[in-house]
Amino acid sequence: MSLTSEDSHLRGNYILTIADNSLILAQRLGELCGHGPILETDIALTNISLDLLGQTRSYYQYAAKLAGEGKTEDDIAFLRIEREYKNCLLVEQPNTHFGYVIARQFLFDVYHFMLLEKLQNSADETLVAIANKGIKEVSYHKRFSGDWVKRLGDGTEESNQKMQEAINDLWRFTDELFYMTDAEKAMAKDGAGVDVSTFKEKYYEEVSEVLKEATLTVPENKYFTKGGKEGVHTEHMGYILAELQYMQRTFPNMQW
Amino acid sequence: MSEKEIKNSGAERSRSLEEIFEARIARDEKIEPKDWMPEKYRQTHIRQMSQHAHSEIIGMLPEGNWITRAPSLRRKAALLAKVQDEAGHGLYLYSACETLGISRDELYEQLHSGKAKYSSIFNYPTITWADIGAIGWLVDGAAIINQVPLCNTSFGPYARAMVRVCKEESFHQRQGYEIMLTLCRGTEEQKAMAQDALNRWWWPSLMMLGPTDAESIHTEQSMKWKLKRKSNDELRQQFIDQTVPQADILGLTIPDPDLKWNEETGHYDFGEIDWDEFWQVVKGHGPCNKERLGARVDAWNNGKWVRDAAMAYAEKNEKRKVAKAS
Repeated sequence: MSLTSEDSHLRGNYILTIADNSLILAQRLGELCGHGPILETDIALTNISLDLLGQTRSYYQYAAKLAGEGKTEDDIAFLRIEREYKNCLLVEQPNTHFGYVIARQFLFDVYHFMLLEKLQNSADETLVAIANKGIKEVSYHKRFSGDWVKRLGDGTEESNQKMQEAINDLWRFTDELFYMTDAEKAMAKDGAGVDVSTFKEKYYEEVSEVLKEATLTVPENKYFTKGGKEGVHTEHMGYILAELQYMQRTFPNMQW
Repeated sequence: MSEKEIKNSGAERSRSLEEIFEARIARDEKIEPKDWMPEKYRQTHIRQMSQHAHSEIIGMLPEGNWITRAPSLRRKAALLAKVQDEAGHGLYLYSACETLGISRDELYEQLHSGKAKYSSIFNYPTITWADIGAIGWLVDGAAIINQVPLCNTSFGPYARAMVRVCKEESFHQRQGYEIMLTLCRGTEEQKAMAQDALNRWWWPSLMMLGPTDAESIHTEQSMKWKLKRKSNDELRQQFIDQTVPQADILGLTIPDPDLKWNEETGHYDFGEIDWDEFWQVVKGHGPCNKERLGARVDAWNNGKWVRDAAMAYAEKNEKRKVAKAS
C-alpha cells in the first residue's frame, strides 16, 4: 500500500506518540545503571532499557522511511526540539527512589502491554511486526514491575509507605495514557492505529488488582495532568534532552 | 595418644593432604569447591576473585556515565549492553567466590570499607565520548591479556567463569576499537578527541597490568597455583606489542617518546612508568576514588529498604504457603 504524503506525515506523527515513550523511559532507566539496590535489579532494569531502545529504533527507522529526505533514526531521536517530542508525562518523571522507578515502570507496562496487544491487529504490517516482537518483551517487563510492586507494597512498613508515596505521586499522569491526539484519532479510524480509550477500564482494573494484592491503596484522584502527547512537557524534559542530545548538538553532522 | 602425638598426626595428615593437593594442580586437575584445599589457597582465591568482581561493578560507573549521552541510538544500545555484561560478570564472580564460603554481603562490606581493592583504572574519569572507545580498546584489551590465562586456572568455578567473561570482553574490545576507528576516520575534531583519550588512558592501561615483577608480592605463590601464568612485566610487554600496531592503523600517536621497535629483542622498548601515580591511585587518592566508592556505598545504603522489603515479602510468602498447606 502506498501512502499519500499527508498520510505518511500523520503516520509518522502517530509513531512518535508510541516510540517517544520507549525512548524517554529507556533514557531514564539508563541513568540508573550501576546505582541499583541489588545487582540483579540493575541487570533487569538495564535489560528493560535495552528492550525499549530496540523498540524505539524499529519505530524510528520506520518513521524515518516515511519522512523520506534521507532522514535517519538518529535525526528523529536527537534533533527535535522539546515541543516535538510526543511522549506521555509519566515516562519522563525522575528516578526519585526505587519505589518511583518501579511505580513508573508498572503503570506504564500495563498500558504498554495492552497497547501492543491491539497494535498486533493494525492494518499497517510494519507496526504489526514491531508489536509482535515487542509484546514478548513487554510481557516480561510487566511481570518484573508487577512483582516488585507486590514485594515493596507487601514488604516492610517502610517499603509500603515508599511504594504508596510513589503510586500516589504518579497516579495523576495515568489518565494521559488514554488521551488521544488528532493523529491517534485519525490512525485509529483508518485501522492502522489503536483506539486507546477501548482499554482504559481494563487498565485501571488490572492496575488496581495488583495494588490491592500489594496491600496498597488505589488513589482516587479528581484531577489529572496531561500535555506530553501534545508536546507540552514537565520541567524535567529539558534536562533529559540536554543529556540525550548533547553530542549531536555539540558536534553536528558527524558519524559516530 | 598424647596431645603431642595427636598434634603431630594432624600436622602429618594436613601435610599429606597438601601434597595430594599440589600434585593435583601439577597434573592440571581442577580444584572444586568441596575439595580439600589449603586455607591460603582459599583466601587467595577469595581475594583475587572478589577483587575481579568488584572491578566489574565499579567499572560499570565510568562507562555508565555516558549511557545517557551516547551519540547515536546504536552506540547507546551497545554501551547499555556492555555495562549490563559487566554486571553479569560481577554476578558470576561473586557467585564463584560464594562457593568458597563467603557471602556477597561480606564481600560488599570489604569493598565499602576499603579493605578490598578493585582495578585502579576505574578511578580515572570518562570526560569525552572517545574515552568510551579508549576504555574498550585499551582497558578491555589489557584485561583480556590478564584474563585469558585464567581460563586454565586451577580453581574450577573461576576458570569456567573466565571462559565466558573472556568471550564477552573480546567482543567489547572490538567494539571499543571500532568506536576509535570511526572517530579517526571522522572530522579533525573527532580525531583530536580520540588522540586526547589515548593520551590520557595509555599510561593507566599499562599500570593496569600490575606493579613490576620486583614489586609484585603475590606473583610467586600465584604462579604455583596457576592463578597466574605469566609475570606482570611479560603481560605488559605483550599488551604493548599488540597495541602499538593497532594505534598505527588508527593513525594515532602513543604518548611515549621512548617507544621504539627493538629488532634484537623482537619487542617494543618503552619509557618509564610513573609508579608514584600508580601507588597514589591504589592507595585511594586517584582522580575519582572517592566518587566511585561513594557511588557504590550510596547505592548500597539507599537500597537497604528495598532489600529488607524483598526479604520480608519472601518470608511472608513462605508463611502463607505453609499455612495453606497445613
